[in-house]
Amino acid sequence: MADLKFTKEHEWVRVEGDIGTVGITDYAQAQLGDVVYVELPEVGRKVTKGGDAAVVESVKAASEVYAPVSGEVVEVNNDLTGNPALVNSSPEGEGWFFKLKLADPGELAELMDEAAYKKFVEGLS
Amino acid sequence: MTQASTVALKRTPLHALHVSLGAKMVPFAGYDMPVQYPAGIIAEHQHCRTGAALFDVSHMGQVRLDGRDAAAALERLVPGDVVGLPVGRTRYTLFTDEAGGIRDDLMVTNAGDHLLLVVNASCKDDDVAHLRAEIGDRVTVTMLDDRALLALQGPQAVAVMARLAPDAAVMKFMSFAQFTIDGIDCWLTRSGYTGEDGFEISVPADAAVRLAQRLLAEPEVRPAGLGARDSLRLEAGLCLYGHDIDRTTSPVEADLGWTIPKRRRAEGGFPGASRILAELAHGPSRRRVGILPEGRAPAREHTPIMDADGNWIGDVTSGGFGPTVGGPIAMGYVDVRSAQPGTRLDLIVRDTARPARVVPLPFVPHRYFRG
Repeated sequence: MADLKFTKEHEWVRVEGDIGTVGITDYAQAQLGDVVYVELPEVGRKVTKGGDAAVVESVKAASEVYAPVSGEVVEVNNDLTGNPALVNSSPEGEGWFFKLKLADPGELAELMDEAAYKKFVEGLS
Repeated sequence: MTQASTVALKRTPLHALHVSLGAKMVPFAGYDMPVQYPAGIIAEHQHCRTGAALFDVSHMGQVRLDGRDAAAALERLVPGDVVGLPVGRTRYTLFTDEAGGIRDDLMVTNAGDHLLLVVNASCKDDDVAHLRAEIGDRVTVTMLDDRALLALQGPQAVAVMARLAPDAAVMKFMSFAQFTIDGIDCWLTRSGYTGEDGFEISVPADAAVRLAQRLLAEPEVRPAGLGARDSLRLEAGLCLYGHDIDRTTSPVEADLGWTIPKRRRAEGGFPGASRILAELAHGPSRRRVGILPEGRAPAREHTPIMDADGNWIGDVTSGGFGPTVGGPIAMGYVDVRSAQPGTRLDLIVRDTARPARVVPLPFVPHRYFRG
């Protein structure tokens, strides 16, 4: 999927038109372990690239989820409230966090594509 | 998620076994320890509540005290009853300091002609130095670096142990016995840190892998890491040294006054006795309590606690998700005026006040075998 982009903080964003769907990567969920709580942003909130957008908590610890790109939150995944384990079972599918209306599609060029992210993760272990 | 250097970390005799089992290793108290295996913390936690979980706790300090009046000597450093501890029995007690704070918590066993202590990994070198400095003229203090420590915990632990050492099944909670299992010299206590029935097994370091593999070969037994150990002990309402108790907390504040029997209350003669006895008589100004958040958000260590009027009354000292409870749980210190079960509190998580209430501990009932 050419339009899937990744950050060094292990978020992904999938862009369709001017809407980006955001989640955390399979690598990130494996590092976190069992996810027990997700705190999502309010719809309408404006987030900036690299800024706090959501919180994901495993049994052990809480971690920030940063906005991969700037924009306005237009939808959140309410399924995560009742079933946060979706982040573990389907991190890049049903376990998505929120959707953004992109403020500046040009920011996408600063993110990694799938091949570059794969290489980045391999360099971490 | 930066990875700390593992170069300087110590390893337990089971290190290679953990790695071969696919454990995720993390630094803990100077050791490279398994935080979880591929099953994950929640599955490991649940297995301990239903089956039998095997933990490596070899990082903890095993200390032997020899000396004709070792029990009386040790009582100079702890407020518990050691002199009255029968042969073959184990007791939980505390090293206190002159200010009435807690230097460490420990298990002490009367093994007949000597005492055996199990102390925290992060405190063990200080504890041994403290013992030698304070009572070294009366006891010989030996750190048993040549022994590993396993914990087999859960409702099926007894069935497993009975297969390896039939007489272990009749041991009562907080008792001690020696067994030879497959030719291995094992020292068992019926104790643990999960709230479940189970055993801690001291084993010669060079036989530890063999015993662990023998236990893991039993159908009920699965490995569990420090992550599950922490969620299990939190549900059981048990203190973690360096978090729920430390030099700044007294035994009475920590709600551990039950470890101080009548004779020691009457006689004193332990570090910090003046403060501790005064708090026993008149009550402390704050107390460790169980806290149940109302929502789904965990409240972690250091989370500020406010009363219903918005006054700061303490901090969370342990907090997270309780897999058996099925939601967030915490422990912390609050002003005694807010320590009654049912008291409504607010927890300040990410700058937002989140409602919670004081609840009795433990969160999950203990299921020890008392015979």
